Amino acid sequence: MNAKTLVTLDDVGLSIGGSVILTSAKLTVAAGEKVGLLGPNGSGKTTLLRVLATLLRPTSGTGAVLGAELGTDEIYAVRPDIVLVGHLPGLYPELTLGENLRFVARLTGRDPRRADEALAAVGLAAAADRRARDSSKGMLRRTELARALIQEPRLLLLDEAHAGLDADAIGLVDAITGRVVAADGAALLVSHEPDRLEVDRSLRLVDGSVEEA
Amino acid sequence: MPFWAQVREIARKDLVIEIRTAEVLLMTVPFAAAALVLIPFAIGTDAPLLAELGPGLFWIVVLLFGVLVILRKSAVDEGPQQDLVRLLGIDPAARFTGSTVATSLLVLLFEVALLPILIALYNPDLGGWWWMAAVLPLVAAGLGLLGSLTGGVTASLGTRTSLTPLLIVPLALPLLVGATQAVESLQLGRSILPWLVLLAAVDLALAVSGVLAARPLEEVTT
Repeated sequence: MNAKTLVTLDDVGLSIGGSVILTSAKLTVAAGEKVGLLGPNGSGKTTLLRVLATLLRPTSGTGAVLGAELGTDEIYAVRPDIVLVGHLPGLYPELTLGENLRFVARLTGRDPRRADEALAAVGLAAAADRRARDSSKGMLRRTELARALIQEPRLLLLDEAHAGLDADAIGLVDAITGRVVAADGAALLVSHEPDRLEVDRSLRLVDGSVEEA
Repeated sequence: MPFWAQVREIARKDLVIEIRTAEVLLMTVPFAAAALVLIPFAIGTDAPLLAELGPGLFWIVVLLFGVLVILRKSAVDEGPQQDLVRLLGIDPAARFTGSTVATSLLVLLFEVALLPILIALYNPDLGGWWWMAAVLPLVAAGLGLLGSLTGGVTASLGTRTSLTPLLIVPLALPLLVGATQAVESLQLGRSILPWLVLLAAVDLALAVSGVLAARPLEEVTT
């Protein structure tokens, strides 16, 4: 794998419970790239993101993420460099937004005070003490984006990138993905709204395979 | 991040969530206390009989209602939270240990909350009961370990609520035997050391199994 290539998938297939989700996905993402991923509901976009996040092991084909071969123990070392913002929030409902981010900061060896800075950066400074379960979908989404600011990932994966976000927060998506690619990382954004995607190129997932859009 | 620092973070997170939901204090303790209160109505108010049966009934209530402590909703990481901790690079063994520490502390709290009810209603022989300072934590640790271990197994099967009690109850039998025999030995003036060793051995076996199985169980859960 080229030193500047962060993601490669070569004929990756994945079946879950007898259902074939990916058939022969081919994909290359270089450092500094912002890539959009499009496709109809049920086409496997979320599954593909989970493969790239190393959370699902391919059942066929080969691939590497941040230099770690998928399906091997190498993935454990690179996971902290990956942030996946799924369509369901990875937050603990009973913890406040600030506590959720401080939990992440401490476990990734960062200064917990960065949680407050990150919340301020996404416009949630006043909501730091609000429990996640009492927060709106947009606030949870902003908090997830704040998590990306804390972790400074090399690979940022955004599922339903613009779901639940107002116009200001959509600008945040662009700003945060921009920071990641500027630091020689890469961002992959799934969206149903191609017009709102500010990306270098877009791919389309069709019948379990990835095509240029 | 060092292993034990990860353990501390996971345990602290679980305990903060439990404090806020108060499932153990507000639901499980009163329910278990009600069971201890109702038993004398079922078997009669024969004071010597109650004093003799009380400790055994206490441990059965701890075991059965302890399952509710273990199964509390606040202990459940749903899919997105599971993804989060996996991606944060938390050592699965640290996650297992942290979760076990939190659950064990809650089971211990649960046991301690029930003790005054046992003493008040059943008037058991209290000779040598300071040994309970060793028995209660060993049983609590065993149940906490069982909860984390079986929780990991059943989460991977997607049947946590229904299957976990069926796995825990038979596996907890050595804990029940150790605890009841320890108390009986106290009442008969015998050494309880063999039973403490049994409890500690069960805890150790569960801890080793849990730590070794943590990574495979976490990775099989998708």
